[in-house]
Amino acid sequence: MAGLTLTNIRKTYGAVNVIHGIDLEVQQGEFVVFVGPSGCGKSTLLRMIAGLEDITGGDMFIDGEKVNDVPPSKRGIAMVFQSYALYPHMTVYDNMAFGMRISGEKKEEIDRRVRSAADILQLTAYLERLPKALSGGQRQRVAIGRAICRDPKVFLFDEPLSNLDAALRVATRIEIAKLKESMPDTTMVYVTHDQVEAMTLADRIVVLSAGRIEQVGAPLELYERPANLFVAKFIGSPAMNVIPATITAGGAQTTVTLAGGKSVTLDIATGTGVAGKAASFGVRPEDLQVSGTDEFLFEGTVSIVEALGEVTLLYIEGLVKDEPIIVKLPGTLPIKRGETLRFTADRAKLHLFDAAGLSYRSR
Amino acid sequence: MQQLFAAIVTMALGVLACAAYFYLSNLLLDRIFPSKNRSGPEASRNLRIAGAIRPWLFLGPALIALGLFLVYPVFGTLWYSLHDRNGTTFVGLENFRWLFQDGEFRQSIFNNFLWLLVVPALSTFFGLIIAAMTDRIAWGGFAKTLIFMPMAISFVGASVIWKFIYDYRGEGSEQIGLLNALVVYFGGEPQAWISLPFWNNFFLMAILIWIQTGFAMVILSAALRGIPEETVEAAVIDGANGFQIFFKIMIPQIWGTIAVVWTTITILVLKVFDIVLAMTNGQWQSQVLANLMFSWMFRGSDNGRGAAIALVIMVLVIPIIYWNIRNARREMGGR
Ligand SMILES: Nc1ncnc2c1ncn2[C@@H]1O[C@H](COP(=O)(O)OP(=O)(O)OP(=O)(O)O)[C@@H](O)[C@H]1O
Ligand SMILES: [Mg+2]
Repeated sequence: MAGLTLTNIRKTYGAVNVIHGIDLEVQQGEFVVFVGPSGCGKSTLLRMIAGLEDITGGDMFIDGEKVNDVPPSKRGIAMVFQSYALYPHMTVYDNMAFGMRISGEKKEEIDRRVRSAADILQLTAYLERLPKALSGGQRQRVAIGRAICRDPKVFLFDEPLSNLDAALRVATRIEIAKLKESMPDTTMVYVTHDQVEAMTLADRIVVLSAGRIEQVGAPLELYERPANLFVAKFIGSPAMNVIPATITAGGAQTTVTLAGGKSVTLDIATGTGVAGKAASFGVRPEDLQVSGTDEFLFEGTVSIVEALGEVTLLYIEGLVKDEPIIVKLPGTLPIKRGETLRFTADRAKLHLFDAAGLSYRSR
Repeated sequence: MQQLFAAIVTMALGVLACAAYFYLSNLLLDRIFPSKNRSGPEASRNLRIAGAIRPWLFLGPALIALGLFLVYPVFGTLWYSLHDRNGTTFVGLENFRWLFQDGEFRQSIFNNFLWLLVVPALSTFFGLIIAAMTDRIAWGGFAKTLIFMPMAISFVGASVIWKFIYDYRGEGSEQIGLLNALVVYFGGEPQAWISLPFWNNFFLMAILIWIQTGFAMVILSAALRGIPEETVEAAVIDGANGFQIFFKIMIPQIWGTIAVVWTTITILVLKVFDIVLAMTNGQWQSQVLANLMFSWMFRGSDNGRGAAIALVIMVLVIPIIYWNIRNARREMGGR
């Protein structure tokens, strides 16, 4: 069953178009993550789902009911804000109870729900404290607790972890994952900048760019089969290397000439009539290996070595001007800058995009 | 023209003199305790001494002025209050004994109490409502300017304006007062508003409320804007309606500012003087403490009684000032 459906959703501020027609179907109980560069409209979209922003055009359904004109409190949603947005003059208990008190819930029921949420989030010891007497992580848990108490059909998170330090972020992320597991029927929509959050939490990721959906898919699907150059470069860190290329022969397999003159054959079907067309050849830094034989993709000079212990990053010059190719090799390696090396990659892990940036693989 | 010129010259000289004082005294201090080109320990010792003296040097003029014009008069007043009308014979608490059995003093206390109850409450209330409403409408900025304008008018000026509003002409002649014109228009009997005992208090209060609402509005409007937008949005999602958001989310978050505004106006009200002097001069049972003090001091030429009344006002104001300062401190340090 559909937990949340958006059809051709648009948003304009005066003459400024911010969201250009979003179609999205989210199943009940699904965990969907919105990612995209800053200013692409993630928050705006989330706030439209919440009802905090008017919908300029299109229809929105929650649980099958059209909610375009339903006020936020009646949509069956709860939202966790980046800034926590706790009521500073109320105790943790009152923060969580506020919504239920407004809706005239019975005292015992309020108490039961607050205590059970506090129990899940280990907040029981802090119930009588004011938010200012809590740490950032505790405040964010209270904000999540307040959302749980609303017993929503759809949970909305807007970058809930971005104000926390790195260690706490990991811990809270795991808590959110557990929370999702304990509420299998609740739909969650989560906005983040952080790839790790997106990859680990999401059932499906929605990649947005400039108010449009670039691709929707399971995390690994986006990683392995990005539909276009934007997604290819956005998912994965460091970003995928893209080398300008020209197609020399199409068909079930495709042969391209890379910038620099090297010819490569890919297991990607491009059909007929593509010979001579410009294309972009892509390969992820972690899919490259040092080649010991004459078989190689490209050759270049190491300009920078970054030894991170767990991996070594090499910046290779010589193929595309001013745009070094990045190679990510496991472990620590005795490679010096200035060395000239040859690199190769598994054929199955190569990507090819047409001049418009669309992947040949996903057709 | 000449006066204007003299005023400007005085101002310029005053500012210059202040600047020169700070500059030269600072220079002198550095001469006496030099730290440049000295050996390490001596330089640091001189630096420490100069650092300890400098704040007093800079605060000095202000401290002396405060002492001269504020602290000394307090003791002077105390002394006068224990002496007779010319300040020659010691009379003990006689002035206070007289005060507490004087009918006009009791009337003033009662009236001041009324002012205290009504003016801060209504000014703050109107200020808050207007601040909340003008933040939402397009021409709110213009409305705010209009409402703030009376702040720029002196109390006496405002009283003159309102005298016209309350003006009463004897039977038969045309009513030129706005209020009476309205009353007549709606078929009522014109009244001599400011000579109606008891009610005239409220007509005088209206003037101060008219002036102070702008002050309350400006401060509270800034406070309202300081409320994080997200807390309001969270309350919207929690299902709170406009009233609940205003009273349960916004007001509690600016409670400290409301208290400061309230007490600031309260202090002003305790000192209210010009309006009463200009409108009724305390006639028709509209007397207040400050005007009573003025009457005895300068019209009745009784320094003892005037000083005694002044002390009563001071004693009433002190706790409110204390509370106000404490609140303001907490406001500033709390966040
Ligand atoms: N009130 C407004 N008037 C005009 N434009 C607006 C308004 N609010 C937001 N925008 C624009 O809408 C676009 C999307 O904003 P939004 O806050 O949704 O971005 P975002 O994807 O959440 O970015 P970030 O990752 O930085 O939070 C931005 O380009 C922004 O400038
Ligand atoms: Mg955002």
